[in-house]
Amino acid sequence: MSTLAPKHQRLVLIVVALAALIGAGLLAAWALRNQASYFYLPADITAHRPAPDSAVRLGGMVERGSMHNAADGVTVQFVVSDGKAGVPVRFSGIRPALFVEGSGVVAEGHMGADGTFVADNLLAKHDEKYVPREMKDAMAARQAVKDAR
Amino acid sequence: MLAELGLALLWTAATLSLLQLVAGALALTPRGADLAGLVRPVAVVQGLLAALAFAALIALFAQTDLSVKLVAENSHSAKPLLYKIAGTWGNHEGSMLLWVTVMGLSGAFVALVERRLPEPTMLATLAGQAFVSIGFYAFLLFASNPFTRLNPVPPEGNGLNPLLQDPGLAFHPPTLYVGYVGLSVAFSFAIGALVTREVGPAFARAMRPWVLGAWIFLTLGITAGSYWAYYVLGWGGWWFWDPVENASLMPWLAATALLHSAGVLAARNALRAWTVMLGVVAFSMSMIGTFLVRSGILTSVHAFAVDPRRGSFILALLAIYIGGALTLFALRASSVTEGERFALTSRESSLVFNNVMLSSVLGIVLLGTLYPLLTEAMGEKVSVGPPYFTPVSAMFAVPMFVVMAVGPLLRWRRDGLSRIAPLLALPLGLLVLAGLALVLRGGIRPLPLLGLALAPALALASLLPLRGRDLRRLPLPTWGMVSAHFGIAVALFGMACDSAFTAERLVALPIGESASVGPWQIRLAGIMPVAGPNWTALEADLVTSYDGGTEVHLHPQARMFWAPPQNTTNSALHTRWNGQLYTVLGEEAEGGRWQLRLWWKPFVPLIWLGGMLVALGGVLALLGRVLGDIKRISMRRRAAARRIGPRA
Repeated sequence: MSTLAPKHQRLVLIVVALAALIGAGLLAAWALRNQASYFYLPADITAHRPAPDSAVRLGGMVERGSMHNAADGVTVQFVVSDGKAGVPVRFSGIRPALFVEGSGVVAEGHMGADGTFVADNLLAKHDEKYVPREMKDAMAARQAVKDAR
Repeated sequence: MLAELGLALLWTAATLSLLQLVAGALALTPRGADLAGLVRPVAVVQGLLAALAFAALIALFAQTDLSVKLVAENSHSAKPLLYKIAGTWGNHEGSMLLWVTVMGLSGAFVALVERRLPEPTMLATLAGQAFVSIGFYAFLLFASNPFTRLNPVPPEGNGLNPLLQDPGLAFHPPTLYVGYVGLSVAFSFAIGALVTREVGPAFARAMRPWVLGAWIFLTLGITAGSYWAYYVLGWGGWWFWDPVENASLMPWLAATALLHSAGVLAARNALRAWTVMLGVVAFSMSMIGTFLVRSGILTSVHAFAVDPRRGSFILALLAIYIGGALTLFALRASSVTEGERFALTSRESSLVFNNVMLSSVLGIVLLGTLYPLLTEAMGEKVSVGPPYFTPVSAMFAVPMFVVMAVGPLLRWRRDGLSRIAPLLALPLGLLVLAGLALVLRGGIRPLPLLGLALAPALALASLLPLRGRDLRRLPLPTWGMVSAHFGIAVALFGMACDSAFTAERLVALPIGESASVGPWQIRLAGIMPVAGPNWTALEADLVTSYDGGTEVHLHPQARMFWAPPQNTTNSALHTRWNGQLYTVLGEEAEGGRWQLRLWWKPFVPLIWLGGMLVALGGVLALLGRVLGDIKRISMRRRAAARRIGPRA
């Protein structure tokens, strides 16, 4: 391969670098549209249900009296509600501390085929200082449930 | 008294940095030449005063002086001393004070020892360092004063987030900050060289050790942070693509690119404008990271306080510094003369490729991190996680790994692939064999499969530059490169093994019963209460054995802290040469059963071992450069002495 004239060489470098960066940008934009996980309240999820394989987060209040432990000892089922609608959620794993009925919760996972939300991870309110961002919305939903009564 | 002293020290340091900026800038003009002697001493004193202010804050935390608001809000008299001290930087104000301290000290260090560049460039560099410092002093003094008093004095403090009460916290943030903020030196060098139009090999050689130093700390900080998240969060993951992790990864990517392009500039006088640009970008990424983490725009364990004023303050600083540096770059880039030429197949080309790929990954991570903020501004809440970051960045990382294997074998300026083809036959064969074996085995997803097949070939190829060399006379920087590239291969193998072969079990066990995960048998022998200085816990006694071998006891805990009241799970790990057993205790289930989460993670420690090898590579390279410089200087002195000698 011959050495390029300096001027051309700089041009080639710039073109190659720009092409790679623009390629990366387009790829990123496309992947972001497909892979970003959206935040839903129970009312949103009943109105337009997300595709079964897409990752979503569901926030709201753990409805009182809805929590049931399965026989395997590690699975829990409960209903997340925002005062307008309730979505059944199933979670297998070690629950976060302070995860109780009536508390706010954000569940990460996907919508199962049977209409149950399958959570891979639960975020509960830790303490006054460290509140997950969506928890504020979940807490607002909890307030709405209370106000409705 | 100590708090007032600390505040006074801080104000004095801020004033001195203003003096450093003004004197440095004036000294560059013909009429201000006599101010030149002032700049270096002022930089040193400024750094020392900031360090003293930080020491004062540490002392206040160590003695739990609750009349200081910051201490009362973040500490507690019952905490162990280590966490009282570590608590100094476990909060917003304290960590920003650590930031300016590192910034001041690195400026002082540069002022003390850096003599290789023309003095005007050094003056401009130190003025640049002061210019950045001032903004952060202002942020500290006007929006995050760590020394504010509290009246009335509360009887007890609020305590520190239990997740942060871990030995890892004592070392992880300061290490990361030295790396993060140490990059400010590269930023200032770039500004200095642009102002005085001195972009060339001498500039690259002078800047390189400073970048290396910061990069070593950044590498160690990221490695330690990843291990901390792995065993403290109890989720068994080692990288979550959390915005805060990305905030530390982005400057690392930029600094890695900068190290490689500075190498080209130093050796071959090419890639001039690009190297200066990366110097600006690297520290800009540190500042963007600080904005993301400290503005309260994100919430995580790292985001200490939510105060919108702080966000706008840091955003304004970002705009001034990044915008200013880029404007200077745009004005001066055309005057940065064209570098030396090189062929398409050459060491330079491979390094350019590496730089473009690193920058692409950087862009991908930056976009993914900012995307949720952008969409939220438009009213839609999304979060971006591993399904985006991992495959998209791998698409650019994998070609980079391949070129990483080939590049070091190429000669500078011009080379032919046919010359190195025989050398590459062995790693290529290994790649094909490993790939075939893995495909035949089946059941491995494409990305981990690619990683598993690539890693051994990369490890082998990274050793090839040693071939045919006299190992005793091999320069230290070459050893450094080999160690760093080998470390990348080792880490890649660990990551691929973790995602390909991890076995996971979630069970509820009655006492006395057993469960298995991978080759492990685990029996729950008992549950007992235990107590620490500021917590109580339930502790499981797990009797584990690998493949029927010797029994090992593991004790995972579920801890209840009482100041602040919060529960944490403390995992228990057992490391073997071929992997790690990871156990977490959950809560009690019906029928006297206990929840246990168990993982067997083959070869996972290689991830952090690889990270340490990468850092070791940096240390070797830095040592080689510094020793080389010292030797050169002492030889020059001896030669000068000989010239003067006969006359005397």
